[in-house]
Amino acid sequence: MFTFLVRRLSSIVPTLFVVSMLVFGLQLLLPGDPASVMAGEERDEEVLAQIRARYGLDRPIPVQYANWLWNVLHGDLGESMRLSSPVADLVLAKLPVTLQLGGMAFVIACLIGIPMGVLSAVKKDSAWDYAANAVALWGLSTPNFWLGILLILFVSVEMGWLPPSGYVSPFEDWRQSLATTIMPAFVLGNSIAAVLMRHTRAAMLQALNQDYVRTARAKGLAEAVVINKHALRNALVPVVTLGALELGALFSGAVLTEQVFTIPGFGKLVVDAVFNRDYMVVQGVVLVTATAYVALNLVADILYFLINPRLRQQ
Amino acid sequence: MSVANDSPGRRAVRRLMRRPAAVFGLAVVLAFVAIAVFAPLVAPFDPIATNWGAIRKAPGALYWFGTDENGRDLVSRIVYGARASLLAGVVSVSISIAIGLPFGLLAGYAGGWIDMVISRVTDAMLACPFLILAIALAAFLGPSLSNAMIAIGISATPAFIRLTRGATLNAAVEDYVEAARAVGNPRWRIAVRHLLPNILPPIMVQATLAIAAAIIAEASLSFLGLGQQPPAPSWGSMLNTAQRFIAQAPWMALFPGAAIFLVVLAFNLLGDGLRDALDPRHR
Repeated sequence: MFTFLVRRLSSIVPTLFVVSMLVFGLQLLLPGDPASVMAGEERDEEVLAQIRARYGLDRPIPVQYANWLWNVLHGDLGESMRLSSPVADLVLAKLPVTLQLGGMAFVIACLIGIPMGVLSAVKKDSAWDYAANAVALWGLSTPNFWLGILLILFVSVEMGWLPPSGYVSPFEDWRQSLATTIMPAFVLGNSIAAVLMRHTRAAMLQALNQDYVRTARAKGLAEAVVINKHALRNALVPVVTLGALELGALFSGAVLTEQVFTIPGFGKLVVDAVFNRDYMVVQGVVLVTATAYVALNLVADILYFLINPRLRQQ
Repeated sequence: MSVANDSPGRRAVRRLMRRPAAVFGLAVVLAFVAIAVFAPLVAPFDPIATNWGAIRKAPGALYWFGTDENGRDLVSRIVYGARASLLAGVVSVSISIAIGLPFGLLAGYAGGWIDMVISRVTDAMLACPFLILAIALAAFLGPSLSNAMIAIGISATPAFIRLTRGATLNAAVEDYVEAARAVGNPRWRIAVRHLLPNILPPIMVQATLAIAAAIIAEASLSFLGLGQQPPAPSWGSMLNTAQRFIAQAPWMALFPGAAIFLVVLAFNLLGDGLRDALDPRHR
């Protein structure tokens, strides 16, 4: 386990190092001088020189990168030009909202995707299988912001069942919090449910053809026990890792979902930053999401290692 | 022509044509391409001209899909919007292939430090969630359809590098590559003449599915205001406007979204069909 952890940890260090270079490199794409972007309408050369000196923009690019990286490693992601507050504080303030939304979306995706995948595999080539595949195709082909708008129209405007937008923290009022997040979480989980369904179906089909399942059936075990205890438990092992790869889709989807439902999370932060040309915040969000993605994949790998006895024995 | 003389390409086309879902996907894609190419002939009205006498008209005989907040015909805007969406899908994926294919081939065939450097950059890019990277790139490049296409193309590139590298590694140990090397072919010639044609099928499948993802990504960027700029029509920006009038004019949201759904579904069905027809593991 220790060797596995050391090997896996050492492999993410270079990845994160290159991520940092890419994120820093984003500002090189800005047309013209970053100082003039920061200065806005101000064109006074003296002011521009002050900005360059303050942010170290008058130094060579490698030096700027080294300084930026040093600050990032010390938790300093820079300062928001619009809000005049540290980017790290802004990210930390918004992150719990997106994590709540993402967590709920992932649970919804598992609750829909995994049973659907099992059903589809067990009843292969039946009407159930075709229906489950059709639902998965719907999930993969529907833009989540459109689904969000449609749900607002039918569930909120027509039926008046749930609020169309806004956010309430669960620590304030958990019922209201659930009411404001359940619809966006469903929208966000919809496409991930489709991917999980496909992975589960493929893994279950493979598991159902294995000798141990044949043996379990030959022993006279009930079909439900064979499916749940023997096939599904083994089929879920690869689904864990493949499901972790969908966490990136969760972050991406959150940007649009939060925009549609006016939820003040991570996604809303980046969109607002883009329109206010608050580039430090955009860089900070990309860096944090990439790091979170790498970290969550590491957790998934460890889980995979722990739940797969064959890997532990190697 | 007998089956024995058939080329693998023809056999794959025949297998594809035996799948009703894939044929449906292909038909819808071709229909949208025709609509986009012949937009001036298909659209009943000017997609940009405002008509203050027809603001937010419900679907009817004159305006089949209704009109928007400026009295513009939604059918015409969806027809012209197909141009932006399909163009974004095809151009973005072309950018991804143009960068991803050579780098993936180089990493897989050259190996050593070249592979290590390319793979590390690919891993780092894959660590950045696709749409967040595209949003960041589009934000730094500036909002426009062409910049959105570049942003989506670059963001989708690592998937092609990884796929090409993997396919190259698999193909490089085949006997025909060994034979080509034994007769003295230079490395670049082996890569281009022998490896490339053999790794194309999985890349074609990935390209078809990537076009679907790129169309959603373009719609997403336009929805956020980072793609096609108004008043030029784009399905994503139409949905952005529609959100403000959801209670008064729901048709403004219904039809552009349905257009995105239909074209993305068609590419997904076609991609799935191509994979089944070309990839032996899925047969």
